[in-house]
Amino acid sequence: MKRSVIVDVTARLILPSALLFALHLLLSGHDRPGGGFVGGLVAGATIALIFVAGGMEDVRSVVPVRPWTILGGGLAVAASVATVPILLGNPVMDNWKFYVDLPLLGEAKISSALVFDIGVAAVVIGTIFMVFEAFGDEEPPEYRGEVRQGPGSGQHPEVGS
Amino acid sequence: MTPWIALPAVLPLLAAAASVLVGRSRAAQRIIGLGTLTALLGLAVRLLIETDRNDVMTTQAGGWVAPLGITFVADRLSAIMLLVAIGMFLAVLVYAIGQGDEESRHVGFHPVYLTLVAGVCMAFLTGDLFNLFVAFEVLLVSSYVLLTLGGRLAQVRAGTTYVVISLLASITFLMSLGLLYRATGTVNLADLPAAMEALDPALRRVFLLLFLGVFGIKAAIFPLFFWLPDSYPNAPTAITAVFAGLLTKVGVYAMIRIQTTIGPDDTVVGTVLLVVAALTMVIGVFGAISQQEIKRILSFHAVSQIGYMVFGLGLLTVAGLAAAILYIAQYIVVKTTLFLTGGLVERASGTGHLDRVDGMLRTRPLLGMLFLLPALSLAGVPPLSGFVGKFALVDAGVDSRSWVLVGVSLAVSIMTLLSMNKIWAGAFMGEPTANAEATRPLPTAMVVATGVLVAVSIGIALGAGPIYAYAERAAETLLPLAGSSAP
Repeated sequence: MKRSVIVDVTARLILPSALLFALHLLLSGHDRPGGGFVGGLVAGATIALIFVAGGMEDVRSVVPVRPWTILGGGLAVAASVATVPILLGNPVMDNWKFYVDLPLLGEAKISSALVFDIGVAAVVIGTIFMVFEAFGDEEPPEYRGEVRQGPGSGQHPEVGS
Repeated sequence: MTPWIALPAVLPLLAAAASVLVGRSRAAQRIIGLGTLTALLGLAVRLLIETDRNDVMTTQAGGWVAPLGITFVADRLSAIMLLVAIGMFLAVLVYAIGQGDEESRHVGFHPVYLTLVAGVCMAFLTGDLFNLFVAFEVLLVSSYVLLTLGGRLAQVRAGTTYVVISLLASITFLMSLGLLYRATGTVNLADLPAAMEALDPALRRVFLLLFLGVFGIKAAIFPLFFWLPDSYPNAPTAITAVFAGLLTKVGVYAMIRIQTTIGPDDTVVGTVLLVVAALTMVIGVFGAISQQEIKRILSFHAVSQIGYMVFGLGLLTVAGLAAAILYIAQYIVVKTTLFLTGGLVERASGTGHLDRVDGMLRTRPLLGMLFLLPALSLAGVPPLSGFVGKFALVDAGVDSRSWVLVGVSLAVSIMTLLSMNKIWAGAFMGEPTANAEATRPLPTAMVVATGVLVAVSIGIALGAGPIYAYAERAAETLLPLAGSSAP
C-alpha cells in the first residue's frame, strides 16, 4: 500500500495526545462527563488513524494483543465487577471505593466503577479493532500481487491464530 | 433485598466473556455454555420456589435507591418465564452442539448465544422500563448476529428486514420512554401506577397503546407480524427454534407487564387487544395453510399462536391472565420442539420442502412420534399440554362472555390441526422417497434434546393442575384489584 507522508506524520503527532485524551475521559468518567465507552471510542479512533496511515500491518504491530482477547478480557472484567458483589451478598454492581494520596497529584478516588469502565473501554477498543480486522484487510488482488508474491499468498496471515 | 435474583442477568455475560477468551477450543466453549445454563436452571428453580413464598423479591443495582437506581424484580410471572426460557435455551444448545454447523464452524456462536440468554433473563427480571429497553437491545443485537451467522445471501436479506423492523420498534420504544419520563418523572414499574394517576385518562391510554404497539412489533401481533415469517426460517434451525419459541414471547411478556401496570382496568384497550388477538390467530393460521415448507408453516403458526396469548391478556381478568401465562409456558416448549423436529426432518432428508420429503414415518418412526406429539399439542388435542392451555383460555373467555373470541380460537385450533396434518401427510406418510440422503444418521444429541422437550411438554400436561394454580397466583399478583372483586 502507498503511504502518504502527510498522513503518516499527522497520525504520529496526533496519536499520543489522542490516547492521553482517551485516558482522561476514562478516568474522569465516574463523576464528570466521560467514561469507559467514550474513552474506548477515542482510543479506538486512534486505531482507525493508524489504519489510515499504515494499513492493517501497522495496526497489528502497534497493538500486540489480538482483538478478541481485548474484547473478551474487557467483558470479563466488566461482568466480574457486576457479578462478584452478588457472590459476596451485596447488590449487583455494588460500588466499592477508597481514597489514596498520590505524590504530586494529591488525593484521588479509586472505585470499582473505574474497573468496570476500564472493562467497557476494552470491549469498545476490541470491537473497533475487530471491525478493522474483518473489513480492513481486503486489498484488491492486483495490489496484493505487488506486495506478496505467488497465488497462494492471499491467505489472511492471522487465520487460525 | 435479595441480591442473587440479578444473577441470571449477569452470569451469562461473564460466561460469554470466558467463551470469547477460550475461543480456540470449541470443547471449552461447550463446557462453559452448558455449565452456565445448568447453573442458571438451578437458580430459576430456586427463584420459582422462593417467589411463590415471598410474592415479590427485589434488589437495587449498586445499592442505589429506587427511582434513581435500577431495580431488579422477580415475581411469579418472571420466575415461570425464566425457568421455561432457560430450560429451553439449554435444550437448544445441546441440539445445536449435536447439529454442528454454525455452532462448530463459527467461534462467535457460543458467546453471542450467552449474551442472548443474558438479555432474555434481564428482560424478565427488570423492574424498570428503561432497563427493559436495555435488555431488549442486548437480546436484539445478539439475535441480529445469530440470525445472519453463516452469512448466506438469504440470511443477510432476511436479517436486513429483521434489523430494520427491530430498530424501528426500538426507536419508538425509546421515544415513548422519553415522553413517559417527561410526563410522570419515573420509568420504574412499581412507581408508574401511582404516577399515572395524575395524568389525563386519554393520555394514559395513549401511553398504553404506544408501549403495546412497540411490544406488539416484537411479539409479531397483527398487523405488525409481516417481518417474522420472512426472517425466522432463514436462520440456522436451532436459532429459529429459539427465536420463534422464545423471542416473540418476550414481547408478549412485556405486553402483559405494561398492560397490568398502567392499564389493568382499561377495558377499551382490552377490547382492542381482543380484536387484534382474533385477527392475529386467523391471519397467522391462513398463512400457515398456504405454505409448502416446514419451517415456514411453523413460522406462520408462531404468529397465529401469539393471538391466543393476547386473547388471555385482553380479557383483563385473573382467569384470562392465568390462562395466558400457562399458555405461554407450555407454548414455548411445544413450539421449540416443533422447530427442532423440523430441523431433524431437514437433516435426515436434506430438505424441508413438503413436495420433496415423503414417507419419513416408514424410515424414521421415532422422528414421527417426536413430531406428532407437539403438533397435536399445538392444535390443542387432549390430553396434551396445548389442550390444557387452550382449555384454560376458552374457560376464561366463557367466564367473560367473549363468545366471538371463544369461537374464533376454537375454529383456529381446527385449522391449526389441518396445517399440522399437511406436514404430517406431506413428510411422514406415503412411500419413502428413494434418495440416498434419506438414510443420513441423526446425531444422538439432537434427538435427545428434542425428546427431552417432548417429555417436558407431556409433563406440563400431567402437572397442569399445580402449574395452573401457580399461574393463577401469578395473575393475582399482577391484577390485585380484579382478583379481589372476582366472585
